[in-house]
Amino acid sequence: MPAEFKVPLNGNGNGLNGIEVSHGLKVLQEKKKLTMADLTPKELPTWCGGCGDFNILFTIKNALVELDADPANTLLVSGIGCGSKTPHFVKTYGFEGLHGRSLPVATGAKFANHKLDVIVVTGDGDGYGIGGNHLIHSMRRNLDLTHIVQNNEVYGLTKGQYSPTSPPGFKSPSTPQGAIEEPVNPVALGITMGATYVARGYAYEVNHLKQLIAGGIKHKGYALIDVFQPCSTYNKVNTIAWYKEHLYKLEEAGHDPKDKMQAMARAMEGGDKLPIGLFYKEEKPTYEAGLPQLNGVPLSKMDISNIDITPMLERFK
Amino acid sequence: MTVVNDFSWKIAGVAGDGILNAGLMLARTCMRGGLSVFAAAEYPSLIRGGHNHLDVRISGREIYSHTKNITVLVAMNMDSVRKHSRKLLPGGAIIYDGDQLKPTEADIGRDDVKLYPVPLLGLAEKAGGKIMRNVVAMGATLGITGLDLEAFNGVLRDNFGKKKGEAVAQANITAAKLGYDYAVEHYGNDFKFKLQKNEANGHIFLSGNEAIVAGAIKAGCKFFSAYPMTPASSILHGMAANEKAFGMVVKHTEDEIAAVNMAVGAGFAGLRAMTATSGGGFALMVEGLGLAAQTETPLVIVEAQRPGPATGMATHSGQGDLRFVLHASTDEFPRVVIAPGDVNDCFYYTIHAFNIAEKYQLPVIVMTDKYLGESYASAPEFQHHGLRMDRGKLLPDDYLANNGHDYRRYKITEDGVSPRAIPGQPGGAHTASSYEHDEEGFEREEEEIRIAMHDKRFRKLESAARDIPEPQLIGHPKADITFISWGSPKGPIKEAMLMLEKDGIKTNYLQIVYLSPFPAGKVAEVVRHSKRPVIVESNKTSLLNSLVRENCLLDVKDKILRYDGRPFNPEDIYYGIKELLAG
Repeated sequence: MPAEFKVPLNGNGNGLNGIEVSHGLKVLQEKKKLTMADLTPKELPTWCGGCGDFNILFTIKNALVELDADPANTLLVSGIGCGSKTPHFVKTYGFEGLHGRSLPVATGAKFANHKLDVIVVTGDGDGYGIGGNHLIHSMRRNLDLTHIVQNNEVYGLTKGQYSPTSPPGFKSPSTPQGAIEEPVNPVALGITMGATYVARGYAYEVNHLKQLIAGGIKHKGYALIDVFQPCSTYNKVNTIAWYKEHLYKLEEAGHDPKDKMQAMARAMEGGDKLPIGLFYKEEKPTYEAGLPQLNGVPLSKMDISNIDITPMLERFK
Repeated sequence: MTVVNDFSWKIAGVAGDGILNAGLMLARTCMRGGLSVFAAAEYPSLIRGGHNHLDVRISGREIYSHTKNITVLVAMNMDSVRKHSRKLLPGGAIIYDGDQLKPTEADIGRDDVKLYPVPLLGLAEKAGGKIMRNVVAMGATLGITGLDLEAFNGVLRDNFGKKKGEAVAQANITAAKLGYDYAVEHYGNDFKFKLQKNEANGHIFLSGNEAIVAGAIKAGCKFFSAYPMTPASSILHGMAANEKAFGMVVKHTEDEIAAVNMAVGAGFAGLRAMTATSGGGFALMVEGLGLAAQTETPLVIVEAQRPGPATGMATHSGQGDLRFVLHASTDEFPRVVIAPGDVNDCFYYTIHAFNIAEKYQLPVIVMTDKYLGESYASAPEFQHHGLRMDRGKLLPDDYLANNGHDYRRYKITEDGVSPRAIPGQPGGAHTASSYEHDEEGFEREEEEIRIAMHDKRFRKLESAARDIPEPQLIGHPKADITFISWGSPKGPIKEAMLMLEKDGIKTNYLQIVYLSPFPAGKVAEVVRHSKRPVIVESNKTSLLNSLVRENCLLDVKDKILRYDGRPFNPEDIYYGIKELLAG
């Protein structure tokens, strides 16, 4: 920051026109515990009544409160989709990028400031369809990111087409004869592709989901949290009633998340009963840990005003 | 008659013959001897085999490009003899392995050149291995030109000593001496083109891509992401090689879409970030380019052109992407497009690209091509101290902590630029959105908000235009011919200007460095006042003239265009002008 820097504020009624910034001034503020109100902006979500996104939004905020997170050091990155509007409704830093491209944006931001808690929110189409390539490579990198996938097994924002997680036979405007492909199995994909925290939650099990999300944020490494949610408008199959009948909790079934083969066996379960909970967790060095330049002060706080390239130019002599 | 320090050397063979490395060592040797050097390579898109050749031009005066005509051809196979001997100047020489190759008069096609067979393989094996044939040929070259081996030995030591150890360096020194002694003994003073050392001048010798790397590092680029693509890959390699020393993160990504989006993410979070690619990769980055524009995130993209469309000619050169880069991505938004023309430009304009990107919070595209990025030139050492890094309206932490309650990331301002907060700063929390948005960043679709935001973004380009230097007309104020060009033809044009000057033809040259915003006023003035403006560029339809027509409502009738994938030679331009003048 050049010393002569002046804050360029033009008349806006805040009485600060032309005020110069005094450098080195430390503002001491008492640290208050984070509350839901701190995280709630004035805008209200515009989702359909009964949409699982409301509960996921509430649960993300709840998890941040439980962790007493620092909103200034929290970054929510999303793509495009109904649920990708989530960052607007959480008063932290946020970035609503392009459809399918949230993971690279989150990755770049994490490199810029590895002390940020970076949470990625995508839908199933965004995360598992158009963003599939980034998903695979982000997981194998094991960056310290928390990826929450709002998985309602259908496209909402574009009005009801089938998604990568729709079951075979799913009829939609783009698949009027019924879907033919096998759906993506996000949990199995996560376990095989190197994610070190793989979980599945359900939007209407908010306390259970909160623990999964808080656990994912605390986990050092890539956390993939697939979240089942009803789409009250376009998915008439996977309704609240359907989920009630089909889900069971791994925690109540004696599952050991350290056992990779057991986790894979649970991931492959289908049919009548589907498990939710923490499938797999592994302690492994993160991608950042392999970069000594990210050991200390975040790169975004480095002074770049006078970098000396003399040693580099020597090599051209 | 002896010709001193006006020398053009070509080595040709198959990939794997060590042609590039050998030629660059010869060039470096001469640069250390105070001579001006330029090296350009041509190679096909494969790993082993094919036809490769490298030109090294050496001169006692400042030079700007390679030339078509050569004085020495080192032919590593018969193909090379047949392809290149017609480019030799009368009295020029072919150095080749006389034990392996028996060129006939039909192969050479002329009788006014010297044949200097040297047992390259035999001498290399004597020195320790056939891989050193190229070094034997270097030694022989020095032997016929009269330069001594001392400087070359130093270059060999620097090249091999650190990486491969003293024994390898010593073997190469032996190989060079065997070639040198053989040439002196057999061809002694026979050759009329000579090289003489000047006083050492402390110049540096590097490629356009290396100069971009140096500029980016100097500018404080802390994040670089890319997917390998010729001719931009050596920027990735250069950044990666310096990653640790300068505390940057360099990421080879899964694809170009990831590369551009990562750079946007890093830029959003406060880093100076860059990505580099060629046309095909840039095609994949197009949506991300719009994302940077819409979220007002500073971003620098290097677009190193090669002929297309699609995969095109992967290892060749062209300037066909101008319109693509100017218009890429949906709707209209401000972008700055900069086209450096030589290694000096590559260094300084890359730094300027970062300053502009951050000051105006918009994407800046640096356009180069294979010829500029992968050719090597000697240049005075960059003046890299005291350059100002302008970070624009990046807000200090203490300001935000005190005044954050009213912070609006996309505040409507007179110059279009809004105060910027980055994640990690208390008081600056906001969400950036790829949707149209209001001052706080919240997505909005109301007409008046859309207009206000769109106008604000465009005001940034007007503000940036005031910060961007006008193109300069160099050469004779009253010229017979006025060259108008952008990018890599700069060097060949300057050489052609010297050639035309000798014939009494007065020329000048307008190099358009900033293509967006287009300097319409200056270009129009030059076109109007020129006796005969001529556009020079490497594409078929004269994209630059289309910009002149669009922005200046003027048409430049005369053009010298080349689109065969090869760079301009000064000779192309010289004869092009001769033809124009002959009518």
